Amino acid sequence: MLLSQQKPLEEILGFLEREKNIFIFGCNGCAEASGTGGKPQVLEMKEALEKAGKKVTGFSVVDFLCQKALVQSRLRGKTKELKAADSILAMTCGVGVQAVAAVSNKITHPACNTLPLGGMRGEWQGSERCQECGDCVLDMTGGICPLTACSKFLLNGACGGTTKEGKCEVDQEMECGWRLIYERLEKLGQVEKLRQVYDPKDHSKMMPPKGLRLSERWALEQGK
Amino acid sequence: MGLQESLASKKFVVTSEIGPPKGTHIQEMLADAELLRGRVEGINVTDLQSSVMRLGSLSVCHLLQERGLEPIFQMTCRDRNRLGLQADLLSASVLGIKNVLALTGDYASLGDHPQAKPVFDLDSVSLLRVIKALEAGTDMVGNPLSGAPKFFAGAVVNPGGNPVEAQIFKMEKKIKAGASFFQTQAVYDVGAFEKFMKRAAPFQAPVLAGIIMLKSAGMARFMNKNVAGVFVPEPLIQKMAKAEDRVKTSIEIAAELIKELKGMCQGVHIMPIGWENKVPAVLDAAKL
Repeated sequence: MLLSQQKPLEEILGFLEREKNIFIFGCNGCAEASGTGGKPQVLEMKEALEKAGKKVTGFSVVDFLCQKALVQSRLRGKTKELKAADSILAMTCGVGVQAVAAVSNKITHPACNTLPLGGMRGEWQGSERCQECGDCVLDMTGGICPLTACSKFLLNGACGGTTKEGKCEVDQEMECGWRLIYERLEKLGQVEKLRQVYDPKDHSKMMPPKGLRLSERWALEQGK
Repeated sequence: MGLQESLASKKFVVTSEIGPPKGTHIQEMLADAELLRGRVEGINVTDLQSSVMRLGSLSVCHLLQERGLEPIFQMTCRDRNRLGLQADLLSASVLGIKNVLALTGDYASLGDHPQAKPVFDLDSVSLLRVIKALEAGTDMVGNPLSGAPKFFAGAVVNPGGNPVEAQIFKMEKKIKAGASFFQTQAVYDVGAFEKFMKRAAPFQAPVLAGIIMLKSAGMARFMNKNVAGVFVPEPLIQKMAKAEDRVKTSIEIAAELIKELKGMCQGVHIMPIGWENKVPAVLDAAKL
């Protein structure tokens, strides 16, 4: 899941200042779930652009705009409308915008800001988030990820910034991740695990692994 | 006697701190440091305290060193990655700076550049381990150094942490990672601190209890509400509220705290936060 938020209309119209004919892409994946790129939002946008004096040459709502192979196949059915357009407005996350830009050979404008979710991908699963660090520590932390549950991504335990209410001093709406980890480990009878000293993260592991880079799926996504 | 020797001799040790200014006018800060000459065993130089951009700790430590004062180089992990931290440790060493206080650091959004990208590539525990590695003659990935530094490394602990058990675990880790002394978050609740020290006793690490001078009842209430792990008991707040001479009362409270803490830990760390010129009076009143 990538959470997106529509940009103010003035900003979008600013992007389109030099263009008259626009093609709109929506996305039935995360953008639909975010309420930013489903069919209703695409139709609203169409109306708003027309009201602002633009011509909408056509629109398409694709299941996953982040999947370039899928986007490419959908583009084929819209050749005429796309050809007539000066640019594309993509109502989706940053991945989707880049995917459309990569396969359409047209100016592609983002209609949304992508909000950070700590690397969460796939279906929404509440507050459990994964930073895709490539070196999972969940076994040692009671199944709560310190990289995403702690503001400072600390690996070696709580800092001094836990409030009386057990929140994080950085954001009082947020639980202190290390307090949650401590409580979970205590419940599981595993507080001894807090004695483990961690090596600093190997950030080179945050690159996609070689196996994935050699896969057919990867090749398709890279347009090879 | 330097900080390390003073702690080793088991005497009651006093450290204090100065905060580098936001800008290049250093005269006032240096005058504050002079007030501490002969009264303290070490002077912490804060590292962009409260995440506010200002003059750096390393150069100020060097200025103190030049003047024959003993600096404690505070180092946070907020603004430098592992390369920057190691390089600055080597820089400190060649400038003759020995004491390093390893901290994770406040989060960037709490300061005057909330737009900044916080680093936190290392944390306080791994920074202590890096110091140890450098002392053993290699960088943190094992490459040999041409000349190894020698430090006296310390760390911090929050006796009012929530839960305090998590702080104890972390304190133990810090000792394992190389911390030879501890300075604490401000202590006002002597009873709670005593309990904390009982739990920390098995570690046998020197602990310097944090003292922040109360400037007003309002400041005390503010800290109770906003500063994690700080608890000023109501009687102290009332004392400040009723004070005719707030400075005098504040000095009395700080001195009284120091006297009470004296039997529980190996020293105090006084954080004056703007009241640097009142530290000598606190020490006089505490008979130190």
